[in-house]
Amino acid sequence: MDMFANNVRDLATEEFDTSTLLKNAARQADARNYDDLFIMDVDSHHYENESFGQIAEYIDDPTVRHLALSKAKIGGGRTNFQPSQIGFQDVGGRVTRYTRRKTEQTPPSPHRDITLARRWMDAMGVDMACLFPTPMLHLGMHPQVEMEVTLARAYNRWLYETVLSEERRICSMLYLPLNDPDASIRMIEEFGGKQGVVGFMVTSTRYRPIFDNAYMKVYRMLEERGLPLSFHAGYNWFDQSMSQLNRFISVHALGFTVFNMIHLTNWIVNGLPERFPKLKVMWIESGLAWLPFLMQRLDSEYMMRSSEAPLLKRRPSEYIADMYYSSQPMEMVHNRKALEVTFEMLKAETQLLYASDYPHWDMDLPSTIYDLPFLSKQGKRNILGETALKLFNIEPVWSEKKLRAREAKARAAGVGAEVGA
Amino acid sequence: MPEIFVCNASDLGEGNVKVVAVDDREIGVIRHKGQCYAYLNRCPHQGGPACEGVRMPKVEAVLNEERQFFGHRFSDTEDHIVCPWHGYEFNLDTGNCIGDAALRLKRYDVVERQDSLYVVL
Ligand code: FES
Repeated sequence: MDMFANNVRDLATEEFDTSTLLKNAARQADARNYDDLFIMDVDSHHYENESFGQIAEYIDDPTVRHLALSKAKIGGGRTNFQPSQIGFQDVGGRVTRYTRRKTEQTPPSPHRDITLARRWMDAMGVDMACLFPTPMLHLGMHPQVEMEVTLARAYNRWLYETVLSEERRICSMLYLPLNDPDASIRMIEEFGGKQGVVGFMVTSTRYRPIFDNAYMKVYRMLEERGLPLSFHAGYNWFDQSMSQLNRFISVHALGFTVFNMIHLTNWIVNGLPERFPKLKVMWIESGLAWLPFLMQRLDSEYMMRSSEAPLLKRRPSEYIADMYYSSQPMEMVHNRKALEVTFEMLKAETQLLYASDYPHWDMDLPSTIYDLPFLSKQGKRNILGETALKLFNIEPVWSEKKLRAREAKARAAGVGAEVGA
Repeated sequence: MPEIFVCNASDLGEGNVKVVAVDDREIGVIRHKGQCYAYLNRCPHQGGPACEGVRMPKVEAVLNEERQFFGHRFSDTEDHIVCPWHGYEFNLDTGNCIGDAALRLKRYDVVERQDSLYVVL
């Protein structure tokens, strides 16, 4: 018996489009009925280097602006104006959005990054997203501290004016140039209350220890203003230990956890949670598996060497379990038991926040959380969005797609009720 | 077993893929090195459109008799389907996942008859 297909697509002629690439994500969202579930993605990205010419226009110092604009002309958007890394994120062309994304068509307005973000957010069922840069994640290693400050401010101003003030579904924890504490203070003062600024982000690949006394005024200011501080993981293949690794898989697996392990260890052992008890701290993109390791390791050592961490009043793991973590990349897909224990250890139902990391290669869909059998219904709601609303102290902005779907459902129910009456 | 008409056989050129929607499923029909293959267009990882990525030969490590390493090379005999979302690789002939034998793409037979291609459900 012959049957006919509903539709046949020919990939040889199909243009690249985020919505098409993610149509299976949209099917998952429909199948799980995310329409009534608020979803916030606390770690997603854009490629700010593609707008480098625009960002360069926001550089205050005319001589640096001139350098940057000159680079923008040479590089056509890809520049070596800031530290960069060897990396093979596209897995040799296997993760196709890296090579094909530049061909994707977008209208002249709004800004391309808003259009692309809306496409993937709508496909995944995400209402709001916290957007971070990509190459700038290495900016903390710039040998000229003043360049980190200059570029951070230009980027923050550009992001605010071009994206955050134009699209309420997108927010960001703005780049904090921590190598210069005074400039960090100025950044918080300038941007702290602006629309879409829900906190500040420190790129973790950096080498000035975060317990430095010079930073205390930065932490205090964030604590007083109720603004969360996050550490976004990254790698540095040029680091002396990392340079022993001969594959990107190794550098990525270790690099994205090691810097956050160092900073979190310094944060706890130096008693920063006791010094700033109300400061909300979030650790981004190190996955989850590092946390049970660090909790056990630090607790064990602390019991024998508490004299070296006299500010602590509790075990290190208890402080760790009071902090916030983004969920991606969620490991241990082959061992549900280990995953469940990890969720318990870090009090995931109140401390974990869903993150996609889209469009990067190891992105996670909301279903990675939604489908977990061991979470309570409220726990899922918290991880997928409600904890983020509390942490950032913001009101939800629902996707237009979900609002339309809910209106249609309500209308249908109303008609049904009338017919029934 | 029902057969689904995909296209005229000559319309599926070398290296191309047609994605056929059947009910709530999509099936990718791939012509690779002259052969036709059909798999469910849903990856067992996070559900990505596995048939819409690239096909690539398996990467092999080159060792000598002393087990010293002399680099990587592409296989002459084994090709993979690569899911475009995260890069999970599947043997093109079997659909078995390279990283985890417990995972596989659902495979369908393809029939070519009088210049027409059909997928057998
Ligand atoms: S969904 Fe296919 S590799 Fe992840």
